[in-house]
Amino acid sequence: MRKIREKDIRECVRRLALKANVRLRDDVRRAIWAAAGREVSARGRRVLRELLENAKIAQRDSLALCQDTGLPVVFVEIGPDVDASGVNVTEAVQQGVVRGYREGSLRNSIVADPLRRGKPGFGPCIVHTTFVRSKGFKVTLLPKGFGCENKTQLKMMPPTSDAKDIEDFIVGAVRDAGPDACPPYIVGVGIGGSSDYACQLAKEALLRPIDKRSRVPHVARMEKALIQRLNRLGIGPMGLGGKTTVLGVNILSYPTHIAGLPVCVNISCHVLRSASEIL
Amino acid sequence: MIRLSTPLDPSALRSLKAGDEVLLSGKVLTARDQAHKRIVAALKKGARLPVDIKGCVIYYCGPTKTRRGSAIGSCGPTTAGRMDKMTVPLLKAGLKGMIGKGRRSPEVRQAIRKYRAVYFLATGGAGALLSKKVRSARLVCYADLGPEAVVELTVKDFPLVVGIDAEGRDVFAHQERKR
Repeated sequence: MRKIREKDIRECVRRLALKANVRLRDDVRRAIWAAAGREVSARGRRVLRELLENAKIAQRDSLALCQDTGLPVVFVEIGPDVDASGVNVTEAVQQGVVRGYREGSLRNSIVADPLRRGKPGFGPCIVHTTFVRSKGFKVTLLPKGFGCENKTQLKMMPPTSDAKDIEDFIVGAVRDAGPDACPPYIVGVGIGGSSDYACQLAKEALLRPIDKRSRVPHVARMEKALIQRLNRLGIGPMGLGGKTTVLGVNILSYPTHIAGLPVCVNISCHVLRSASEIL
Repeated sequence: MIRLSTPLDPSALRSLKAGDEVLLSGKVLTARDQAHKRIVAALKKGARLPVDIKGCVIYYCGPTKTRRGSAIGSCGPTTAGRMDKMTVPLLKAGLKGMIGKGRRSPEVRQAIRKYRAVYFLATGGAGALLSKKVRSARLVCYADLGPEAVVELTVKDFPLVVGIDAEGRDVFAHQERKR
């Protein structure tokens, strides 16, 4: 058993906060670059080129890609070879986020009380901790901007729904988001589980590389069908028209109850940020 | 490409058409949700505003923290639709321009036409790029709101697209928002 220390977690989260907010994910950069080559709308192409330029400047100057450095959602996966007894994992993550955000001059976007609001701070973030079969102590940080988080939709669908019903709901969610939440989007979808778990799956789906389709053949088919349908909506980059409305659709599914079919759509803007490390 | 400077000249403003690409230079005021809430409350009470919005351009933006040696941090636009319910009183009070991203409500579009104003779009998620177009920043009011404080930015050739022009033409007209 390998002992994990709070200091290591804190340092790791600090590094991830800096990296995720400043360096555009390679899969996202490649997808924008490819889309810029395919896009037929001149305005759309101009926006996509600006995004590539933005990513270059952000990395060069260690500047946040987007001023909305998000509500950080942190996934901690603890393997069987790791001893975390006596370690306050959640607190160490929280401290790491605050350090990273302060060091990177990122934005303090979190209000302590959702009703009374007040002066925003750097935390607390959201921490999901699970025990897994794979070895090591894995930390993933996803700074989720709220322009797109606000477009999340959950629907408890009837268990008799077919693929088309599900696809229609997902397409509707993207159409509702329209030009508002910084298209081209990456669409995370969670299907199954309970209402809360479907929402978590939808968010976790955004962590998968966007150029990789699901390993479940019928889910991969649904992803491909959705990418085609969504790119025919005509929303385009920043909603200014074109055939690049989504850069990817990632679906995660989980067993569910005979009486239900929860589906959650968690949309990400084109600045999909995340970074992970295994300690 | 059209070059514009603040204060916006009424005749230049009238000649803008939805979809036009613009480079804006001059002064803009950042204000987003909480600042709008306070301004609207003050207007309702007839109280004196801590910031003069007459003839101004408001930028829906909450930048990241400013590093030493820079004018501003990352500073792209936030979703404009959240300000819709608070926008008409500001236009009535003399606001001439807004910068944001995404669709506006029919009420805002009508008010833009009525008061001969303009709504510009900036590229969302390009905050690092846009920060290079800001020359200086000065805190105006509501410092307690942190990134939502009202800050006067001096910008040079800030790249924009006309979203809604003074005639009420809307670049997103074909993509009505579900109410």
